[in-house]
Amino acid sequence: MPAVHDRGGLPTDQPIDRSDHQWEDWEHVTNALVGVLRRRDLINVDELRRGIEAMAPDEYESSSYYERWSASIETLLVEKGVLTEAEIDAVAAKLDSEWGR
Amino acid sequence: MGALGFRAGDPVTVRATEVDHHHRTPWFVKGKSGKVRRVHGAFFNPESRAHGGDGLPKRRLCQVEFQQRDIWGARYRGNSDDVLLVDLFEHWLEPAKP
Repeated sequence: MPAVHDRGGLPTDQPIDRSDHQWEDWEHVTNALVGVLRRRDLINVDELRRGIEAMAPDEYESSSYYERWSASIETLLVEKGVLTEAEIDAVAAKLDSEWGR
Repeated sequence: MGALGFRAGDPVTVRATEVDHHHRTPWFVKGKSGKVRRVHGAFFNPESRAHGGDGLPKRRLCQVEFQQRDIWGARYRGNSDDVLLVDLFEHWLEPAKP
């Protein structure tokens, strides 16, 4: 059984979606963040992929492309001691409160 | 020719090794045989870099040509001479048994 990310060759009846993606602002920011982290030698692309592949399968399946990048960044920065889970959770809670969620 | 140092034209079989670490060999070519079409050159090993390593020693990346029917068998409904090109690191390849 291939790992969840190892998609090639899995059968599907779905047609290929050839539409252009319209990226939201947070997705542009996520893309830029990875660029900054790579330029500062905090992460590399192979680690980014490894972090994505480490996601729980159901989380991977229900996440969009940049949600997976974001999850991987979080995993890597905590692993490398740049941030802690507590710091991330605190900011997330603060934003939820500010955005009325 | 030894286990490494593949050249264009060499028949190869993809290792079917089970690994837990990040690697770039797709499941659907593991255990399948094809031939090297081109050697791209040597690159830092992503299996090392993904886990905090320095990526050394560099590994040569080979473009391997497979017959589609060899990969998919009876499920493949395209032309019988269709091929699939997959870039694979040399340490995932071994000489195909004649």
